[in-house]
Amino acid sequence: MSAAGATVRVGRRRSAGRSRFVARFRRRPLALIGLVGVVVVVVVALAAPLLAPYDPAASDYSAILQGPGSPGHLLGTDDLGRDVLSRLIVGSRASLTAGVFATLLALVVAVPIGMVAGYYRGWVDVIVSRVTDVVLSFPFLILAVGLAAILGPSLKNATIALAVGQLPMFVRITRGEVMGLREQEYVQAAVINGAPTRVVLRRHMLPNILSPLIVQSTVAIPGAIIGAAVLSFLGLGVQPPTAAWGTMLSQAQQYVSQAPWFAVFPGLAIAVTTLSFNLFGDGLRDVLDVRLAS
Amino acid sequence: MARLEVEDLHVRFDTDEGQTLAVNGVSFSVEPGEVLALVGESGCGKSMTAMATMGLLPPAASRSGSIRLEGREISGLSGREMRRILGREISMIFQEPMTSLNPVFTVGYQIGEVLRRHEGLSRKKARLRAIELLDLVRIPAADRRVDEYPHQMSGGMRQRVMIAMAVACNPKVLLADEPTTALDVTIQAQILDIVRDLQHQLDTSVVMITHDLGVVADIADRVVVMYAGHVVETGAVDELFASTQHPYTLGLLGSVPRPDLVLADVQGRLAEIPGMVPTLHEPPTECVFAPRCPRVSDDCRTEMPRLAETAPGQWAACVHPGVARAHPTEVVLP
Repeated sequence: MSAAGATVRVGRRRSAGRSRFVARFRRRPLALIGLVGVVVVVVVALAAPLLAPYDPAASDYSAILQGPGSPGHLLGTDDLGRDVLSRLIVGSRASLTAGVFATLLALVVAVPIGMVAGYYRGWVDVIVSRVTDVVLSFPFLILAVGLAAILGPSLKNATIALAVGQLPMFVRITRGEVMGLREQEYVQAAVINGAPTRVVLRRHMLPNILSPLIVQSTVAIPGAIIGAAVLSFLGLGVQPPTAAWGTMLSQAQQYVSQAPWFAVFPGLAIAVTTLSFNLFGDGLRDVLDVRLAS
Repeated sequence: MARLEVEDLHVRFDTDEGQTLAVNGVSFSVEPGEVLALVGESGCGKSMTAMATMGLLPPAASRSGSIRLEGREISGLSGREMRRILGREISMIFQEPMTSLNPVFTVGYQIGEVLRRHEGLSRKKARLRAIELLDLVRIPAADRRVDEYPHQMSGGMRQRVMIAMAVACNPKVLLADEPTTALDVTIQAQILDIVRDLQHQLDTSVVMITHDLGVVADIADRVVVMYAGHVVETGAVDELFASTQHPYTLGLLGSVPRPDLVLADVQGRLAEIPGMVPTLHEPPTECVFAPRCPRVSDDCRTEMPRLAETAPGQWAACVHPGVARAHPTEVVLP
């Protein structure tokens, strides 16, 4: 085989791998819709101050509880005369922050714990697994609500509470994957070539357990977004007057009979965002999971 | 001085059903540049012997005995001290090339990792050395292949990459655990060629674990035949094959397909050894091979026979050693 021939083949093979990934994703229209939804929500949250037509905290007492399509207010106004569209746009920040950071925090804490438990087994594993089981036996939201109540209401504490609620799932997934990888010959080969345990775990195992963790994250993020909305709704998350989808819903429930649209828009925002993440996550799992790939 | 000496090695597992004796008093030594074959059926303790030599046993296993690398006792070393030796002075290649490489890194990176760890090479130098090593194991267009991922390579290629990784730091001892079992016959021959070349070029001592007597005849200088965790026969490969003493070794030889020979005794059929390798739970009170042995007599039932010299340099653990054909399933190869 000539060197030139090899170059061509390597090049083609590589790009083929990448485009196969894209092609597999493209063949799933729902996943694509999810991806578009996720991108839109993220862009909106990042560019919120530029996109919001009004100051989300500015009240206009001459225009209270205006319906959608009223002059100057595309989605109407709330009970204090604040622009609903602006509050939705700015509120996306609190929801996404809670959702994404709670999941990231859970990952950062859970992955090392799960790896150690799965790699060393023995008493470490027994303790970690039992604690995980105990935490898992609480429903996610009850646990988050309880923790948020103890920590005190704020976006930061709501995020921490949601992260704790998600820990056990990530610990379990990591532990299971590592236990499987431990028996893989390339992990044993690393050990036999004198790699210290931290190198074995970080360099040889971590990259190989990323795809199930990424997929689980796309399920965990919308869960945390809903959780954050629930906490805000109950007054345990973002505090008024800061805009958040949950607090908007909580406000709106008093006016459901007079101004139903007021509750519809934040609800819709939550539903569309979580649905987008879920659809995207499903697609990602199909693409990343070799076991499902035909 | 021998490169590697293993003396009275015992490996025992503590399980819920009591203990299992996997390796029972195995001793062998390998000289510089020598190829020693550890032979036996599945479950006879060959792989466990290799893992125990490297100090890598599951937590439920315990080990005793002496392991000396160029005269230096290594059986009592801590994990940290052992890691300095593993991959640099002793290394190992596995049976299964398809899963022995990490799928997320290029082969060059994986070979380079060993060099960077043990020899402190820079990333760039490690890559250049990896290309040399790929060349050494006869991978064509090594300078291109070095940046490929394992899934872009065939099984034979990957096994060569494994060998390149194992010899990256010029180890004194290379343990090869059935390195050719998962490969095509033609690839097998190439891999054995490469191992032989490396052993000549680098003066590496090779411990080849195999159940393939063809491989043994091809590459080994001396043979250790294992059965149920015991060494039952050992000697130089030519003498051992020419005048096999132990009925178990005879049985192994009889079960090798030899289309070039007319096997009068078995009339074209391969001989088999009835039964399976037993799992020992307590020290044997009779010869471990007695239940399957064609030569078995009452003398065999009293204790496990010790290795005794049957000819200069050849040892067998048998009450009735000898080349005589006591049973039609025994076949003596010329």
